[in-house]
Amino acid sequence: MIFEDEPVPGYPLPILPGHTSPGRFERVLRAGLFAVTSELAPPDSADPEEVYRRARIFDGYVDAINATDGSGANCHMSSLAVCALLTRVGYAPVMQISCRDRNRIAIQGDILGGAAMGVCNLLCLTGDGVQAGDHPQAMPVFDLDSLTLLETARTLRDEHHFLSGRKISYAPRVLLGAAENPFAPPTEFRARRLVKKVAAGAQFVQTQFCYDVPLLKAFMRQVEDLGILDEVFILVGLGPLRSARTAEWIRTHVPGVHIPDPVIRRLAGAADSALEGRNLCIDLIQEIRAIKGVRGVHLMAYRQEEAVADIIARSGVLNGRVPWYPGRDPQTN
Amino acid sequence: MYVLRQWSVRHARGMNSFYRGFESALTALHPLWQRIGYARLERPVAAVEKSVKGLLFDCRMCGQCILSSTGMSCPMNCPKNLRNGPCGGVRANGHCEVRPEMKCVWLEALAGSARIPGGTDALGSVQAAVDRRLQGKSSWLRVVRERTGVTP
Repeated sequence: MIFEDEPVPGYPLPILPGHTSPGRFERVLRAGLFAVTSELAPPDSADPEEVYRRARIFDGYVDAINATDGSGANCHMSSLAVCALLTRVGYAPVMQISCRDRNRIAIQGDILGGAAMGVCNLLCLTGDGVQAGDHPQAMPVFDLDSLTLLETARTLRDEHHFLSGRKISYAPRVLLGAAENPFAPPTEFRARRLVKKVAAGAQFVQTQFCYDVPLLKAFMRQVEDLGILDEVFILVGLGPLRSARTAEWIRTHVPGVHIPDPVIRRLAGAADSALEGRNLCIDLIQEIRAIKGVRGVHLMAYRQEEAVADIIARSGVLNGRVPWYPGRDPQTN
Repeated sequence: MYVLRQWSVRHARGMNSFYRGFESALTALHPLWQRIGYARLERPVAAVEKSVKGLLFDCRMCGQCILSSTGMSCPMNCPKNLRNGPCGGVRANGHCEVRPEMKCVWLEALAGSARIPGGTDALGSVQAAVDRRLQGKSSWLRVVRERTGVTP
């Protein structure tokens, strides 16, 4: 579908009643459409073209692109800079902010700066520990946690002042997001933690990789029982697995990723395991979209970004809709 | 000490009631503290608090103790200093992502809270960001001052 006022790169959309951001992603969510987001792995490079090349892979298939903030505690181009590049040409980025590397002074400055450059969506994360990445000797900051980060962003947006109380003259108009992992212990507490995040300001959620639908269903039931199903847009995290061996490696080495044995067996039994990984992803999308309260999917296809278009196209979740991308409608540009 | 810390969580109920009694006693002695002067008390009390709570809870002296809201499991032992619940990296065996030899302090907190009356409700409240200026200061004296309305 085409909104009557699609973006002109560099110019924000008007903020509709009930919306908190001038962004396209919030429009899609609040219109009740099934949203698709993906993740851009920031380059180990200072070349802006590398960012655009990585973004273009998703053209026509995603409503927003997450710019990760030193994910896995590895050093890459900053999420703020990636977002600035993306907004220049009209993309709708989700700026990920992790508490690992910056204190509250730096983070608040980045939120203002990001919003000034057209960032309409923030994803507030605690962040991976430094031990997980390529600079384990670094100082872990963790001045804030994901909850207090959400509250901080909300304070800037709604109360127009810094945590110190000092006024800001123009508030960042952003949609606030959080992560949740329904698949890590204590699974019985995860929905309650989401309630806390919603109370702290979360408006949308992107989950950790889902390979276990029954666990997701149990989580969603709890979220419904706790009465917040209509207060937060939940996007379920998904990703194609390249092979049984990769899956085995991920589940033993990447904290928080839960992959059940039947998934590994399905990949191991396939002639073309990479294709099977994509098919599995599509099957999961079909199951997940039927769950009450799931408002979209977040595809994380690290080093397989080209698979996102194939998966989304074959899953049919966009229902013929073509999300905006630079150059989609020549007449409006 | 890790073993003692786990013992404290297992006895969260008793620890919590003792703690509440102890804080009431400290508060009752407010006139005495005031006569000595809170500023003069700060260092010796902080030293005692550090050794006692260090032994029982592996206390990190953040100066803004929330043990009774976290099932007597000190959240500052979380390598990410998380005071609002577990991160998404908890291992399948319930151990910490950063320190695999340690059980997640938030799994301990859940277990401890279940032993304290009203403890699980306390887990639902959003804890404010840590005030780093209070690092090393006595949480006990702060509680007394807050209860008696003395400005620090």
